[in-house]
Amino acid sequence: MSDTDVFLRFEGVVAGYGGGDVLKGVDFDVSQGGVTCIVGPNGSGKSTLLKTVSGLVKPRLGQIWFKGRGLVGLTPKEILQLGVVQVPQQHSLFREMTVMENVELGAFLVKDKKVIAQRMEHIREVFPIVGERAKDKAGSLSGGQQRLVEFARCLMLDPELVVLDEPSMGLDPKTLRLVFETIRKMNAVGRTVLLVEQNARQALKMSHDGVVLENGTVRLRGTGAEVLNNPEIGALYLGGSIAPPSSGPGS
Amino acid sequence: MTTLLRVDNVSRSFGGVQALRECSLDVEKGSITGLIGPNGSGKTTLFNVITGYVKPDAGTVTFNGKTITNARPDTVFALGVGRTFQLTRTFARITVLENMLVATQRDDSWLRGLTRSMSSKAEVANAMEWLSFVGIAQLAELPAGALSFGQRKLLELAYVLVADPDVILLDEPAGGVNLTLINTIAEKIKALNEGGKTFLIVEHNMEFVMGLCASVTVMHQGSALISGTPDDVRSNALVLDAYLGGGDDEESEFA
Repeated sequence: MSDTDVFLRFEGVVAGYGGGDVLKGVDFDVSQGGVTCIVGPNGSGKSTLLKTVSGLVKPRLGQIWFKGRGLVGLTPKEILQLGVVQVPQQHSLFREMTVMENVELGAFLVKDKKVIAQRMEHIREVFPIVGERAKDKAGSLSGGQQRLVEFARCLMLDPELVVLDEPSMGLDPKTLRLVFETIRKMNAVGRTVLLVEQNARQALKMSHDGVVLENGTVRLRGTGAEVLNNPEIGALYLGGSIAPPSSGPGS
Repeated sequence: MTTLLRVDNVSRSFGGVQALRECSLDVEKGSITGLIGPNGSGKTTLFNVITGYVKPDAGTVTFNGKTITNARPDTVFALGVGRTFQLTRTFARITVLENMLVATQRDDSWLRGLTRSMSSKAEVANAMEWLSFVGIAQLAELPAGALSFGQRKLLELAYVLVADPDVILLDEPAGGVNLTLINTIAEKIKALNEGGKTFLIVEHNMEFVMGLCASVTVMHQGSALISGTPDDVRSNALVLDAYLGGGDDEESEFA
């Protein structure tokens, strides 16, 4: 049931695209201020689950509670206004518009020009590329650079919850590290992050909580480290070659 | 070893951006060659030049001793060069199996392609075999549009394999694919390679590239920076700086 203490709660969520249910009853809580990473095989329903949060897919059954408020049935715009912003899996910038124009579009719900200016200033500090490439067409940026601009754009609404669908996809190792660092940074300044990643080992390392989705239901949930070190999950979904925790970097 | 595919001094600009700059690359027959490099270094453009989707401003591409510079994509494909795309391209409204059957018709004339209504049992069986090979046979009757991103990538891989090309260009086969499945795909590529197929693979997953490829070429700003064994490449200071990024502390993650 609704519980205002719970930040985000999936409650018996069943959803699909008409050809059968992709999500077959998903239940778990996302705690405020953390990074929660969803992992699982291809086709397990990860992207669909994220779409139910942002209102792009309407669950057939169940409810999603965001700070005590039911999200099911709200329009994507209403969900944005509540402070939930999603960055989709495939590139979503307007390629023919400039970097600055793309970022400004992120604030389309904000009417106060002063607020927009303040946020823009803050965002240029966090994402220097927004200032450096402000006048360049977004389509001329590399894949990784476009990713960073997408993050910058989503912060223009000052969201409480940032939803990311495979933020590392297609990124070279150096940019991947930068993107993961940026996610940590967004989290450090108070945003709760819910993300889906196939780059599961690195993503779980930086996540407080991990959720394994399998065939449309939650197979396992725990801390990021618990999921990472679960031998069965490792064999099934993490490539089966998890290094023991003692050999990890920084330990 | 003989060179199956040769790219010689290829250049190509888009507006003010020089995507390829006198880029040269040899792919040995029977090899698995890796192509790595930062985002925007020209890897996909090179694939597009080889497969006829983009015409180079200068330079030549030869396959099996035959010049294929400026040849059309269907001609290059018919000669035996198959490829997948970074972002998948499948027909969304027809089934997974039907997508596969379209790929088997490459030898037909356009007229026969228009008039044939049935695929033979052997073609269906063959298509199903490749779908099993990549692990999505159970999805054969679904419209391709209902597949997740990762599943569509696998369909595209099967789609290329069913046409039986001599050299297969894979553009980020592991991107968006579950880690365990990545290992499975790597094993399948090894098996196909042992059966005589040559591979050229663009991929950012270093474990995948380094575990699979005997030779790796690093691209940087439109040119081939260095080529060598995975160990040569991994320990090269230029590569570390341009591609893998600094920070020795986390190096094990990419090793």
